[in-house]
Amino acid sequence: MAQVDRQQWDVVVVGAGGAGLRAAIEARERGARTAVVCKSLFGKAHTVMAEGGIAASMGNVNGHDNWQVHFRDTMRGGKFLGQWRMAELHAREAPDRVWELETWGALFDRTPDGRISQRNFGGHEYPRLAHVGDRTGLELIRTLQQKATALQQEDFAAYGDHEARLKVFQECTVTRVLKDGGRVAGAFCYERESGRFFVLEAPAVVLATGGIGKSFKTTSNSWEYTGDGHALALLAGAPLLNMEFVQFHPTGMVWPPSVKGILVTESVRGDGGVLRNSDGRRFMFDYVPDVFKDKYAQTEDEADRWYEDPDGNRRPPELLPRDEVARAINAEVKAGRGSPHGGVYLDVSTRMSPERVKRRLPSMYHQFKELADVDITAEPMEVGPTCHYVMGGVAVDSETAAAEGVPGLFAAGEVAGGMHGSNRLGGNSLSDLLVFGRRAGLHAAALAAAPGPRPRVSPEQVDAAAAEALAPFHAGEGAENPYTLHQELQNAMNDLVGIIRREDEMAEALRRLASLRERAARAGVEGHRQFNPGWHLALDLRNMLLVSECVARAALERTESRGGHTREDCPAMERAWRPVNLLCRPVEPPPADPAADRIRLERVRTEPIRPDLLALFEKEELVKYLAEEELPA
Amino acid sequence: MTTYDARFRIWRGDADGGGLRDFTVEVHDGEVVLDIVHRLQATEAPDLAVRWNCKAGKCGSCSAEVNGRPRLMCMTRMSVFDRAETVTITPLRAFPVVRDLVTDVSFNYRKAREVPAFVPPEGVGPGEYRMQQVDVDRSQEFRKCIECFLCQDTCHVVRDHEENKEAFAGPRFLMRVAELDMHPLDAAAASGLDRRRAAQEEHGLGYCNITKCCTEVCPEGIRITDNALIPLKERAADRKYDPLVWLGNRILRRRPDAP
Repeated sequence: MAQVDRQQWDVVVVGAGGAGLRAAIEARERGARTAVVCKSLFGKAHTVMAEGGIAASMGNVNGHDNWQVHFRDTMRGGKFLGQWRMAELHAREAPDRVWELETWGALFDRTPDGRISQRNFGGHEYPRLAHVGDRTGLELIRTLQQKATALQQEDFAAYGDHEARLKVFQECTVTRVLKDGGRVAGAFCYERESGRFFVLEAPAVVLATGGIGKSFKTTSNSWEYTGDGHALALLAGAPLLNMEFVQFHPTGMVWPPSVKGILVTESVRGDGGVLRNSDGRRFMFDYVPDVFKDKYAQTEDEADRWYEDPDGNRRPPELLPRDEVARAINAEVKAGRGSPHGGVYLDVSTRMSPERVKRRLPSMYHQFKELADVDITAEPMEVGPTCHYVMGGVAVDSETAAAEGVPGLFAAGEVAGGMHGSNRLGGNSLSDLLVFGRRAGLHAAALAAAPGPRPRVSPEQVDAAAAEALAPFHAGEGAENPYTLHQELQNAMNDLVGIIRREDEMAEALRRLASLRERAARAGVEGHRQFNPGWHLALDLRNMLLVSECVARAALERTESRGGHTREDCPAMERAWRPVNLLCRPVEPPPADPAADRIRLERVRTEPIRPDLLALFEKEELVKYLAEEELPA
Repeated sequence: MTTYDARFRIWRGDADGGGLRDFTVEVHDGEVVLDIVHRLQATEAPDLAVRWNCKAGKCGSCSAEVNGRPRLMCMTRMSVFDRAETVTITPLRAFPVVRDLVTDVSFNYRKAREVPAFVPPEGVGPGEYRMQQVDVDRSQEFRKCIECFLCQDTCHVVRDHEENKEAFAGPRFLMRVAELDMHPLDAAAASGLDRRRAAQEEHGLGYCNITKCCTEVCPEGIRITDNALIPLKERAADRKYDPLVWLGNRILRRRPDAP
């Protein structure tokens, strides 16, 4: 049996981004001894890259805003596929979650009367995003990090040990959620620095691992985004929901090649940036879909007036939800009206003074200046779609964030599914992290405090997890290079299950994934276990391949176009698909043949939308989305 | 697109020792140093240890010394070097090596814990905070910090003086004290905590002799010395040497919240 250090905790949180830290803070404040495990250094999580803001209907800039309007915008943005109860809780609780950050030291940009300033964003009816320039994610992560540190200072004062009740295991990775019978018993981890294994025993595990973007070639996501939590949930027996919905952010950098995919914040458009093609045409006017026709300006004049008089004019079409803008850019480039490096032009220099650009969009100014030699105060940016976010994720209970079917397992943030339906609105991610991070921490702590015997981790499970993690060191003859496999996976997903999808291409993607799984079973690494990136990648490949299979399989199944799932061969949004969720379940028992399918699909009907929430919409609007039998009488 | 072969020397090794290794690597248009390290990993050195995360200058993970200068590898474009030049990458010198380009930066996390957190004002509930933009500007500048620790690495107080680490928080965390001291609603004073005195007596502000090395390497362009450290020194000095403060301290000694 492997010699593995074991520790006992009440709650283990996997991931230290916004959701993970918010969950950990809540669990610790509820009295649970809480361990946080994160792949990077503490404070480096992908949340730092969020730019635009946190959506919350505080109504500081436009007093007409309230949670009902936010709820409506969220449901519309997700083309009514969103789990309505999550969208409701999110819209109701977001303002409290933002205000709470101020009491922990966050410093948002201010309105003239000293309140938190709020900015416009795609799909939001009113200025709603609390922000700090274009580095809101950094402010969020730092505030949560400093709050966690403050709690540790309290514990030091009380117990003489900073880590008595809240400990961060930084640069550690969880490779398996461990179980005792049907319920969660802990997590199997390795430490990057030493390569040593350890087990955290706990009755509650919160997954807060973010997204899956590293399975795609062009992505705004960081190296951590390898779908770990999605895969850990599947491997523990919990299903994933609606994995076909992947958001391609409309504006990523396209040049130079080494920065292709890096995010250009939506704030550029929220603050007045316009999109033009190579003919100089402001093409978004040509792409307003029928469901949004009456809510967006028809002429450039009206769109321009909206910035000064938002109540008397309709919004510019650059501020349509992200899926619409991304498809439009893709279509313009395909039609030969793209920029020299295969994007379109995004220009903020004609509307804002250089000083204002630098004040409102400092990191964008810096990023283009440093990485592309482009001065955005004087010339347009070249931008194109980039894989940004996965709407699909662990199927969870709306109230408690508990994963379906595995007691003790929770999921919050990007790794959880449901909240955003088929497409997420900008700004709704950071608020999602806070609202459901807190809820996950709360309910995980409650579960851990329940009386009764603790689950036990069997030595067999630990040995099996250790053997799995060490396999890449024993690949022997015919070993595959994990870096090569990763590149091939990224190309396959980007080209075959990307922004525009076709049946034959997705079928081809599934064949390639099967072949990659076979080769990945022989992924081999050089060197030893101490901080060995090749080994880490070999282990992450398992997760990326599993999640990619979910995306491809669900995308092939859903024969319509909706939000972050666009089928060239099924271009219409079908009302009959509205009440259908696709669940990805693990094939049990796991097949021995690596090429065999790992995932089976199940169609489930969504829970009917509560009548008082339905009543927030006009009947004429609901008719465009809901299936016939769902419409109120 | 143009491509050329560049010569690199990269430090490889661990806590027990190591040395510079030579590599010749292909470089493409627009690439940054981190791209080259990644190419090496994918081709001839799969176990080359490096920290990185966002590759967009936002997370502060890929700090190293490029030709002896502390920099973020993701924001250092290859075009700043002459093509004939050999580019040397070494780990941050002020911290112990773990492996290759990865160092043990736990010093910084220890120091972070020593700075008392923001103290919320009594009687002001969530949602009731009112602050003017002009009053939060200064602390916001310091909150741009991405914790790359390049300033901590370059600061000569600790760079060549391991023995000073105990008493000195470093520019990043002295700036954190300044940030809190300048926060319009921080209620530390009302709770009996004097941040300026703490900067002087507990975080080693006096060690800083304002050579501005930290400001020079800051990838966020934060004016650490001018806007954080010098004002903090001035405020701390006012406290220490102001005769009125001295008198007040004598008279009001028994009041727990006296300055």
